[in-house]
Amino acid sequence: MRKPDVPIAHLPDDPELRAWLYRPSSIRKLWIGAGVVLALTVIAQFGVHVHEHFIIDGWYGFSAIYGFISCVAMVLFAKVLGYMLKRPEDYYDQIRIADAAEDDDV
Amino acid sequence: MFELAFPPAFILIVGALLIALARPGMRPVIVLLAPIATVLAIWQLPDGVLMTAPFLGYQIELVEASGLRRLFGTIFALMALVGGLFGLKQAKWYELAAGYAYAAGAIGVSFAGDLITLFLFWEFMAIFSTVVVWCGATAAAKRAGIRYALMHLVGGIILKIGIEGTMVHTGSIEIEALALTSFDSWMVLIGVLINAAAPPFCAWLADAYPEGSPFGTVFLSAFTTKTSVLALMLLFPGESVLIWVGMYMVFYGIIWALLENDIRRILAYSIVNQVGFMVVGVGIGTEMALNGVAAHAFAHIIYKGLLLMSAGAVIYQTGLRKCTDLGGLYQSMPITAACGIIGALAISSFPFTSGFISKSLISQSAADAHLVWVWYGLTAASAGVFLHAGIKFPWYVFFQKDSGLRPKDPPWNMRAAMILFAAVCIILGCFPQLLYQYLPYTVDYEPYTAAHLVTQFQLLLFSGLAFFVMLPMMKRTLTVSLDYDWFYRVMMIRVARVLMAVWNQFVDLVADVWGKTGGPVAERMRSLHNPGGLLAQTWPTGSMTVWVVVILVAVVVMAQR
Repeated sequence: MRKPDVPIAHLPDDPELRAWLYRPSSIRKLWIGAGVVLALTVIAQFGVHVHEHFIIDGWYGFSAIYGFISCVAMVLFAKVLGYMLKRPEDYYDQIRIADAAEDDDV
Repeated sequence: MFELAFPPAFILIVGALLIALARPGMRPVIVLLAPIATVLAIWQLPDGVLMTAPFLGYQIELVEASGLRRLFGTIFALMALVGGLFGLKQAKWYELAAGYAYAAGAIGVSFAGDLITLFLFWEFMAIFSTVVVWCGATAAAKRAGIRYALMHLVGGIILKIGIEGTMVHTGSIEIEALALTSFDSWMVLIGVLINAAAPPFCAWLADAYPEGSPFGTVFLSAFTTKTSVLALMLLFPGESVLIWVGMYMVFYGIIWALLENDIRRILAYSIVNQVGFMVVGVGIGTEMALNGVAAHAFAHIIYKGLLLMSAGAVIYQTGLRKCTDLGGLYQSMPITAACGIIGALAISSFPFTSGFISKSLISQSAADAHLVWVWYGLTAASAGVFLHAGIKFPWYVFFQKDSGLRPKDPPWNMRAAMILFAAVCIILGCFPQLLYQYLPYTVDYEPYTAAHLVTQFQLLLFSGLAFFVMLPMMKRTLTVSLDYDWFYRVMMIRVARVLMAVWNQFVDLVADVWGKTGGPVAERMRSLHNPGGLLAQTWPTGSMTVWVVVILVAVVVMAQR
């Protein structure tokens, strides 16, 4: 339950008038900035020798690709698992209520 | 020999009692002084067995100190201090008292010199952690607390079976490395692993911890799982089965956290994930791996406490706990947001935070031991930590959509507790020697090499890219995810119901058969034997005399022949 005394701001309808972080124009700038930083981390590997532990982890840009791919794989796996495991929030409450009702019948 | 008057854990137990008895005005003083006194007492302890006592015919070692034990004792006391500061004015006094008693149990386990002392403090923790869960003061907290208590009592019994078996079969109650060659040592291992939230007993953690109060959950995050890690380090270093148990925990934590909508449950799953890293480290068991486990437990308690404090601050200020209800809070809660982000970076082992200098030790030890798949698994998991805790938690709480909520930062003591731990995260990250010098073995490792920094930045930042690319697929839903607790919350109850129904049918059937066949027989017996029945009557003395005469006549007649 939300506490009654939490201040609530009125959000303007025009997204460009909202807080800086939520304006479409600034989100575009953030993506460009993030792209530059990501590129820099890969470019930086030119200057350093990465000592490989096991064959492919010494390859150029291995960490970037491996990090990205393993995260995508985990999100997809979680998504698939979610179809099987997700239940409504009151799942356990409903079961308890149903069980209690059954007990009353007996 | 150095003789100790009382174990350091007793200081916090006395502190907990005083919190309960003192005038309200004195409570904050006790809350702050008791853990500080405990830390000072811990640092005075020299190595070795310092206090023994006779108990049930055994000589138990109430206090045994070593560098590793001091490290764990210190972080437990520090956690009590900062947790106490966080709830100084806002938490209920009985919650603080229970939290301190719980911390005292953890410190007692840290310095337990034998299995009996370990078990006593182990159960002490189980009792008071249950009280802390109940301090959540909701119907859900009450039920979750009962499930939590049952799970830990079962774990305690399994541990006790193992300990008693070890006592009987080896005659030793020493805490030393146990080989997994007997039933007893397996029981000890399982009992300890239940407290570490290892599969299939991992669901209790995410079930119970998020139901605590905003202050109780901070205490809960620190002690049970980390004392279990210490027990594993002392009892089962280098047991390779732990590598696979730990690997499962690492990925289980990530996947279930990704499915979750409750902000503290995300963090609870990530505790399992982080403890998984430590369990893998214990399984690798080299000096570097064990150093890594000790360092990671120390660092983890701090940043996980910090994360749960920032989540707790949000819940305390808004009353809301779901990702779907929150968002945009960075605008009005800048300190909470900044501290939460520092905690999130630390858990993701971002360079210049405490997680970077501790987790690297475990990964490096896997590489040094030529455990190829373990190393690749841990690296993928490191990326996954940034995904599920490092970005997901701060993103959904403080950023994502603007929810319009504008709660203020919490009161000064809660802010101070968060800032303190955030500072420690960064200081340890920048000056790793501060922590490395207290690890059990000499550290010969430099985390800050150019290659390590470049690969770590690549790994984490591209994981971040994956998060935002996949964001549409991670839309939060108003759901819970089934976990192993389904088996005892639903399936076992249903099985019990079926068994009860079968039993009732059986009872009915027996009654039915009895009514048809046994009934008439019983009726006849009853008519003969009941009061007034033919065989239950009292007969006159005369009739007996008659029969005696008859027998006498018969005997005489037969004797005459």
